Amino acid sequence: MPGIYRRILKWLDERFGAGAVEEFLRHKTVPIHRHSIWYYFGGMTLFLFVVQALTGILLLLYYRPTPNDAFESIQYIVTQVPYGWLIRSVHSWSANLLILTVFIHMFSVYFLKAYRKPRELTWITGMFLLFIMLGFGFSGYLLPWNTLAFFATKVGTEMAATVPLIGPWLLKFLRGGEEVTGATLTRFFGFHVAVLPGLTTLLLAMHLLLVQRLGMSVPPGVERAIEEGRQPARSMPFFPNFLLRDMIGWYAALGVLGALAAIFPWELGTKADAFASAPAGIRPEWYFLFAFQTLKILPAKILFLEGELAGLMGFTLAGIVWVLVPFLDYKAGFGRVTRFFTGLGIFALGYMVVMSALALR
Amino acid sequence: MRFVAAIIASLLVAASLSAAPTPESTCITCHSMLDGKLADPVKKFESAVHRQVGLSCADCHGGNPADESMDSMSPAKGFRGVPRKTQVPEFCARCHSDIAYMHRFDPKMRADQLSQYLTSVHGKRLKQGDTKVAVCVDCHGVHNILPASDTRSPVYPVNIASTCARCHASEEHMRSYNIPTDQVSSYEKSVHAEILAQGDTAAPTCATCHGNHGATPPGVSSVANVCGTCHVFFEQLFNKSPHQPAFAAMGLPGCVQCHSNHEIVKPSDDWVGVGQDSVCATCHSQGDKGYTGAQKIAGDLANLKTRLARAEEILNTAERSGMEVSSAKVELGSAHEALVKARVNVHAFDDAEVQKLTDEGAQVSEKAYQAGVAALNERDVRRKGLGVSLIAIVLAISGLYLKIRQIESRPKT
Repeated sequence: MPGIYRRILKWLDERFGAGAVEEFLRHKTVPIHRHSIWYYFGGMTLFLFVVQALTGILLLLYYRPTPNDAFESIQYIVTQVPYGWLIRSVHSWSANLLILTVFIHMFSVYFLKAYRKPRELTWITGMFLLFIMLGFGFSGYLLPWNTLAFFATKVGTEMAATVPLIGPWLLKFLRGGEEVTGATLTRFFGFHVAVLPGLTTLLLAMHLLLVQRLGMSVPPGVERAIEEGRQPARSMPFFPNFLLRDMIGWYAALGVLGALAAIFPWELGTKADAFASAPAGIRPEWYFLFAFQTLKILPAKILFLEGELAGLMGFTLAGIVWVLVPFLDYKAGFGRVTRFFTGLGIFALGYMVVMSALALR
Repeated sequence: MRFVAAIIASLLVAASLSAAPTPESTCITCHSMLDGKLADPVKKFESAVHRQVGLSCADCHGGNPADESMDSMSPAKGFRGVPRKTQVPEFCARCHSDIAYMHRFDPKMRADQLSQYLTSVHGKRLKQGDTKVAVCVDCHGVHNILPASDTRSPVYPVNIASTCARCHASEEHMRSYNIPTDQVSSYEKSVHAEILAQGDTAAPTCATCHGNHGATPPGVSSVANVCGTCHVFFEQLFNKSPHQPAFAAMGLPGCVQCHSNHEIVKPSDDWVGVGQDSVCATCHSQGDKGYTGAQKIAGDLANLKTRLARAEEILNTAERSGMEVSSAKVELGSAHEALVKARVNVHAFDDAEVQKLTDEGAQVSEKAYQAGVAALNERDVRRKGLGVSLIAIVLAISGLYLKIRQIESRPKT
């Protein structure tokens, strides 16, 4: 068996230098310290994304993106197609777990200051991937064409109209017209299965390449302790030690997904009716709740701005600051302690948790 | 006293008119300065429909409203004064029976109120000199007459029962007629009153069954026709049923025999059959064909209800378990429809007809029940599958863990 493996590797090496990959994997190491656990969330996010891609492709075999057929096609998938219920439920649950792990990964990178020089681009590509994942969530939510999704999309896209100058155009671009109709469904389907996966592939390739090129970041505190000789510099080989540990996490995630799908199958709801009145207590998905609650409690007017517009501008500004944090917190790159940015991270995390909890009341 | 007040009022008017231009109606000017009963019409007339369409006091009472003196109220000037109660219908009918005149205000307005009234028990007794009976103003008010569509009007659908009750619920008023006074209290317990109270003004109230101007209690032979104006299908079924000729021969009122007249409560399936609450058993006794038929109908209805409840319960359980059973639930809707149709068809008093519908509903219920059973089985299969998968996953994780231990326990080279 090892003989066959070596022959295949040699064959591949002669054609595109696969030996270099093997060599790279053999020498790639992962630091070991008290924060090493957070390294696994990147791999976990990648695993869930692969689950999403695979289940999404399977759903595509039966899903029909028209207002007349969308709801019925999903009903058909979950009742008639063998294991359709499993695929659909895993896709929905995995989407939510994926967003959760993306946020955990982002905040762990932030608090461990893994964005500091020379990993600025890794952070930026990661942040764009996070925005794309939110886009996947928003566009995918409408696809079952059920009442909740219909009205949540209506409210969500209405916010776009408040953007100065381009607001009305943006609303039309998102909806494919003035209202949420079949044109919106087709458009969201296009974003969900073509535009966003394309962008993800590009950004994910860059992100992974940078991670491999630059290696895992060691937190500044640990780095100082090693430099000052207070703790030894320990590491483990990426292949197979770290990868095997990663796989344990992936198996566990698979078990959780299967359990959720079998015990709490994702609800289908009732078919959307554009002429029905909006159901009471309509809310977006949990990962948009903090923004939803903020816009809800803002006064109608803030200085000379509409409350909603001020809120959106605030979130846009916060997003820009977050993307540019490696440049704003450049001192961290020189090994300096930057407590302000740590405090900012705690505030952002606390704000999101509190606002989401308030929205759920 | 009234005469002195009138003189004082006319002096006051004369004084005020010397300084002010002559008003359009001296009736209002004078009466508004009087007290009590004489001032009352002015206040009430303010919101009246007659004022809104531009009529004045003189249009009903005659006289000359431009004349500032007491002469304005002389019979010579056409003053008719206050009509006696027996004169009221004709007094109002001077305008309300003139269709050409009435259509000037509302092209849909009827002008047959007086002719209808004269056919009513009220009208007939009035002609005989009975002044206790209702005339136009008893129901519509006197000076503050509002359109029947106005929610404040005593003849607005929601207010009709209490308007009729003013006389018909009064024992003292009704004593001489020897008729009961519990109609309104009975009606208030009825399903009709319940619907009316919910704001559905199409729900029947006193006038819907008894008529308004031509108010007459429906006779034994016409009860089914009265109920049938709304409950058309029930009437058709009853008229084709063996009960119709039998009731007619015995002089029994149709619908009222089982449903009562004023206290028409929501019917129950227990009314059918031979049980304690059965209305069939009040006439039919063991051994007769009607008794057997009632027993059969009650059995079929109960069977369908049991099957429906069983199917609903299992589908709800499956739904709570996260299973997709919406199609089966939609299909079960036709079993509910079959139950409703079967209940309606009870009025044909033909057990075979009812059975046809209950069988149809039972079949649909059974299919839905089986869908529920299949959904629960599927749920169990999924959970078993999950159990097996979790065992496999735990084994895989254990294998990986052991592999890591094995790799990391090797001495480093």
